[in-house]
Amino acid sequence: MTIKEKEDEIIAEFEFLTDWLDKYELIIDKGNANKGIDAQYKTDQYLIEGCQSKVWVHAEYRDGKVYYEGESNTEIVGGIISMLVDVLSGETPDAILEAKLDFIEKIGLKEHLSPTRSNGMLAMIKQMRMYALVFKEKNS
Amino acid sequence: MTIDVNAIRQDFPILQTQVYERPLVYLDNAATTQKPRCVVEKIAENYYKENANVHRGVHFLSQVATEAHEAAREEVRKFINARHSHEVIFTRGTTESINLVASSFGRLKLQPGDEVIVSQMEHHSNIVPWQLLPGVEVRPIPFAEDGTLLVDQLEGLINERTKMVSVAHVSNTLGSVNPVKQIIAIAHAHNIPVMIDGAQGVPHAKVDVQELDADFYAFSGHKIYGPTGIGVLYGKEEWLNQLPPYQGGGDMIDRVTFAKTTYADLPFKFEAGTPDFIGSTALAEALRYVQKVGIENIAAHEADLLQYATSQLKEIPGVRIYGESAHKSSVVSFLVDGIHPYDMGTILDKLGIAVRTGHHCAQPVMDAFGVEGMVRASFAMYNTREEVDQLVAGVKRIVKLFHRQ
Repeated sequence: MTIKEKEDEIIAEFEFLTDWLDKYELIIDKGNANKGIDAQYKTDQYLIEGCQSKVWVHAEYRDGKVYYEGESNTEIVGGIISMLVDVLSGETPDAILEAKLDFIEKIGLKEHLSPTRSNGMLAMIKQMRMYALVFKEKNS
Repeated sequence: MTIDVNAIRQDFPILQTQVYERPLVYLDNAATTQKPRCVVEKIAENYYKENANVHRGVHFLSQVATEAHEAAREEVRKFINARHSHEVIFTRGTTESINLVASSFGRLKLQPGDEVIVSQMEHHSNIVPWQLLPGVEVRPIPFAEDGTLLVDQLEGLINERTKMVSVAHVSNTLGSVNPVKQIIAIAHAHNIPVMIDGAQGVPHAKVDVQELDADFYAFSGHKIYGPTGIGVLYGKEEWLNQLPPYQGGGDMIDRVTFAKTTYADLPFKFEAGTPDFIGSTALAEALRYVQKVGIENIAAHEADLLQYATSQLKEIPGVRIYGESAHKSSVVSFLVDGIHPYDMGTILDKLGIAVRTGHHCAQPVMDAFGVEGMVRASFAMYNTREEVDQLVAGVKRIVKLFHRQ
């Protein structure tokens, strides 16, 4: 599946949830299904600190593809991370760098990406792209 | 006398707002209060009818604006019962008021190695301005597990290097109403002046600066139904006369030459630049509104909401309330086991309920309890028991959502 196809799949899952509580229930479920980050990476080196929540992210490069793992100390941000990890993992750096990731906006979670929200989400997405960029440069 | 909350709510148009197709339940009043129609209209009226720079012109409008601005100062004087209206300095808010004192008092009296005593429950605004003074040590009076300030420890913290005591009247996180009169008496016995951060005090109880014998008292307009960007520093005349100016510019001078500049008298010495004369008059309007409702009536109504919210929240398994001092003002900070405050706040928001989450600019309080943040509901004169019910119902739904396993 391409990134776009994976995004569309998530959008479809959320499409019929009109009540906010149902949406958040699904997000929390996504977070709970996330296997999280390996304990060795849950350190300050991999920490992206928001004002209100913490996010850890780490990536590896195998056979031309990037594999992410991520975790948050809040369930909502954790759920969004889990979706981002699912969408971007196993893709090439080029595909990741081109991804628009507009599924977050389409499922109604744009506010979590607001710089004023200070939850570390924006910085985390930037960090995920940065991993892709570094792997690309190293291997070109 | 009780207050007619329904009538009051009619005066606050914003309370009719729908958020995510639900009626707004605004419980973030300790951050800022909403404004009654009369305050908003006063701002518009000022711009439509009385806008001209104050203290300068001989022309008609300038005199009208100046009179209104000075009448506002007198309104504030009456509200806090200062001895003179020139003891009322208009600032941008509590933060600027504290910075003014820290800066000016600091230059006059504080040397490296000197100490300022604050409390462990201060807002960062009453910690950082003192820390900015080179070499000055800021020492906190601790509080008990229930959020009560351990005022009997103040005496032990005072030494010959202590030059100022600066404490919150009411904690913005724990709600504790501190015994400021007692604190002032203790400090004065050692000839140490006292600054009171009244940001959370003035909106909820009658404050009489002479009765307290406070040397400085600060509060913000926007937390007492007035506009943002205007605040007050009360200072005793004898202190304000001694302190050097905070900022330089227009309005604060007497005579300027390149050899020597002399400063204007109080209060203008501390009001460099064009003052916010629109804000001051709108603040005065807000204070008149508060007095019309009656500050004691507001306090009684808020006390009822606080007591009701506290008892209802406590019935939810896993809820912990932070701050249960016997003397408490209208904020309730809490956490539910296993639920991060960001998650709680985010979903309460989707239910139309506005609360504050995070560290509330009081990280030492978070550290004392070993938490990263809290959820805080704070009440004002226009809140109702029904709104508390909605908060409680919201928290219950969220607990169910997060504890499904």
